[in-house]
Amino acid sequence: MSEPQIAADTRPWRDPARQPFIEIRNITKRFGDFTAVNDVSLGIHRGELFCLLGGSGCGKSTLLRMLAGFETPTEGAILIDGQDMGRVPPDRRPTNMMFQSYALFPHMTVEKNVAYGLLREGMSRREAYARAAEMLKMVKLESFGRRKPHQLSGGQRQRVALARALIKQPKVLLLDEPLGALDKKLREETQFELIRIQETLGVTFIVVTHDQDEAMTLATRIGVMRDGVIEQVGEPREIYENPKSRFVADFIGSVNLFEATVEAAAPDMMRLACPDAGGAVLVPPQTGLTRGQTVWGALRPERITLSRDRPDSARNVLRGTVEDVGYVGHMSTFRVVLDTGRMIRVTEPNNLREGKPISWDERVWASFRPEAFKVLTE
Amino acid sequence: MSAAPGNPLTRSAPWRGTARVFGWLGISGRTLVIAIPMLWLLVFFLVPFFVLGRISLAEAIIARPPYTPLWERDADGTLQIIATLENYRWLMEDRLYANAYLSSIRIAVVSTIFALLIGYPMAYFIARSPEPRRSILLLLVILPFWTSFLLRVYAWMGFLRREGVINNFLIWAGVIDSPLTMLQTDFAVYIGIVYTYLPFMILPLYANLTKLDDAHLEAAADLGASPMVTFFTVTLPLSLPGIVAGSMLVFIPAIGEYVIPALLGGPDTLMIGRVLWDEFFSSRDWPVASAVAIVMLVLVVAPIMWLQSVQNRRELK
Amino acid sequence: MTGRGWVLPMAVVFGFVFLYAPIISLVVFSFNESRLVTVWGGFSTRWYGELLRDRQILNAAWVSLKVAFWSANLAVIVGTLGAFVLVRMGRFFGRLLLTGMITAPLVMPEVITGLSLLLLFVSMELTLGWPAGRGLTTIIIAHTTFCAAFVAVIAQSRLRDMDESLEEAARDLGAGPVRVFFDITLPVITPALVSGWLLAFTLSLDDLVIASFVSGPGASTLPMVIFSKVRLGVSPDVNALATIIIGIVTIAVLIVGWMLRKQARAGR
Repeated sequence: MSEPQIAADTRPWRDPARQPFIEIRNITKRFGDFTAVNDVSLGIHRGELFCLLGGSGCGKSTLLRMLAGFETPTEGAILIDGQDMGRVPPDRRPTNMMFQSYALFPHMTVEKNVAYGLLREGMSRREAYARAAEMLKMVKLESFGRRKPHQLSGGQRQRVALARALIKQPKVLLLDEPLGALDKKLREETQFELIRIQETLGVTFIVVTHDQDEAMTLATRIGVMRDGVIEQVGEPREIYENPKSRFVADFIGSVNLFEATVEAAAPDMMRLACPDAGGAVLVPPQTGLTRGQTVWGALRPERITLSRDRPDSARNVLRGTVEDVGYVGHMSTFRVVLDTGRMIRVTEPNNLREGKPISWDERVWASFRPEAFKVLTE
Repeated sequence: MSAAPGNPLTRSAPWRGTARVFGWLGISGRTLVIAIPMLWLLVFFLVPFFVLGRISLAEAIIARPPYTPLWERDADGTLQIIATLENYRWLMEDRLYANAYLSSIRIAVVSTIFALLIGYPMAYFIARSPEPRRSILLLLVILPFWTSFLLRVYAWMGFLRREGVINNFLIWAGVIDSPLTMLQTDFAVYIGIVYTYLPFMILPLYANLTKLDDAHLEAAADLGASPMVTFFTVTLPLSLPGIVAGSMLVFIPAIGEYVIPALLGGPDTLMIGRVLWDEFFSSRDWPVASAVAIVMLVLVVAPIMWLQSVQNRRELK
Repeated sequence: MTGRGWVLPMAVVFGFVFLYAPIISLVVFSFNESRLVTVWGGFSTRWYGELLRDRQILNAAWVSLKVAFWSANLAVIVGTLGAFVLVRMGRFFGRLLLTGMITAPLVMPEVITGLSLLLLFVSMELTLGWPAGRGLTTIIIAHTTFCAAFVAVIAQSRLRDMDESLEEAARDLGAGPVRVFFDITLPVITPALVSGWLLAFTLSLDDLVIASFVSGPGASTLPMVIFSKVRLGVSPDVNALATIIIGIVTIAVLIVGWMLRKQARAGR
């Protein structure tokens, strides 16, 4: 198999002139009065592993089902490889889906499950079963072909479902919570297995998940959805470091949110008035903000440093008392009540501090760099 | 790409050819699939009621068929509709029919209560039994249901008659001197109904009681409730849906019952199903039988169906 | 209920005695030499011999089996399609009507069903010329209609439990709607349909009232013949017949129950 071109290496989405492989144009889906997906537009490139991330009922599954053809959009169009999917039924689409429940046919053996798609194309039984055996080998289940699905473990069923969805070499593979039914340890192993398979085959993956860690690990890009709308699309790092809205900041990882007012803009620094943080906060200058405007600041817990002595060099320093310490092995989380009465969360790797660790009821200084305080207007 | 349109092999499946024929006729496969059960039930379930209604407005005559037609052509060719409410007036005037309705309801209610009293302890015991015993007992409850209903009623004839098993046993045991009359009484009808429909009472109760969480009972005991108090304050209220379902399943067939009163009941055991049967087979008065059926439909079946739909809606919520 | 430990078992024992005592006495007296059904006159299989020479009963049994077989087949088709349409087809014109029509036979008194169907057949014969007279065909139609309701209830609950993504997965892998029905839906709900078929078969075999209304001369079912015999009183050859039926049913229920259990264990 020749090495396919992987979107993760070339990052085609960074080039605005590139034509996306899958185009979702102003898609809206209404069920009666309820709008599940509201005017969503999205471009996904060939070879991407795109994650749709959001809570339950945000419309991510509906969007995926429209791509598969199980739901018809109320408005808008979906194009795959330049072809309009409007009137194409699910059995004629160049997409395949891996279901959350896996949906393995309980009355068929594993190999028949995997070969089913090829048999529907009219391929001869011999060839279809040979291809199915190959596919099972790829997911390391070559000796399980004759079993029935109920004789397999959860992880094995998941791999059968994957093999069955991939055997027709779809242009796009749609995965609905692919790891949702696995336990935590198996899930982590399988994430990398999924990336390996995607890179081997070069198929475009669209994954729906509610698990932010999963999305961060898997995705080339993430689309964060809420209430039927895509709030932000970006690479995992971008989404985490530069969230566009309070929702995204809060949804991905944990965050301390502060309300603030723009006070003064200097060429090198901008001052925000933030009563919760005990006065002024210095941040790098930003365009598009006016004096007196109300903004929000997002501060990641790991971007805050705690110390017993006042740090000299830091530009933003807050004073508070440790209320609670949680030891999580590789790191500790602190709940610090600032003197303003506001509580913040701080996390710190446990290998960082030498000597006596900071403990309950200690008076501490919490400091952070200006870039750590992300200014949000939404 | 396998799923791309235009693959000749996926298109040449034989049913697709058939589908295309219906497509030309403007009938989609979907419509066809809906039409089969719909038409069957329209013709053989719904339309019969309209026929029933129409014949209940006719007069009985000695002919084939034994009722007057709904319309007639006069000598000058005009269509004349012949309909009469005479049959319904007859039902109102003759006390027999009103008594039969009331007595059907009474018999059904009493039988349902007895079925509940006998069925509840059995369902409770089975639901609380450990596994191998539970399945066996459940099978023993279901087994009679699969054997002929008629023969089970017949078995009670041999049991209840003057020279029957019960009387022989009681005389042998010295409890009574002369045989009791049990067959051909209302008592025998109650026994017949309870006996026949007992599995219908036990099964929904059992299904409900197995779902009962032990933790509820333990919590009640933990809070100081005696077993009796626990039963009446926790188990019984929680099993109410099962009680309602089981009672409906006994009451509904009991109310229209014919065979049980005919075989076990006496000549004065009035039940509406029996009146209808006699009107049809003995008096051969089809229009009056139809009127009885229509009134039965309105007074008995409609409330039950209404009650069921209310219950269904509540369950959905 | 530990305190009054004996009350509950007593009630249960009473319940089972109530259920089984009449059946057992029926079986015992079928081997009675005496014509007086309740006086023991010694062991004999004489009534079984008489039963086997009774052409009327044998004919009726054959009629009943034919009716039950075809009614069960048709009821499974009508009932399954009805259930499928209601559970899987979403909204369509007449949905509410179909819902009502498919469950109403469950609560409809047999006397009403029987009478109304007879009147329909008579009217149809007058206007359409079909069905000519009444007999096997009309009984099968009548039984199919009320048995379909029971099949539909069973099939509906199975279809609701069935993971709909199984059917979607097959669509997704390139199967058309009809193909999906035969490849996926039907095999998955087959155990429920087998139960439905057996229930329909039993109900048809058991029915006296509806068959009495819609049958014609020459088409007497077994319950009709039994009814006309026992109406006149207890007769020993009916005891023998009952014993045979109970024996067959018990064995059949045990076998089917065992098979369904085995399959359920393999299928989960």
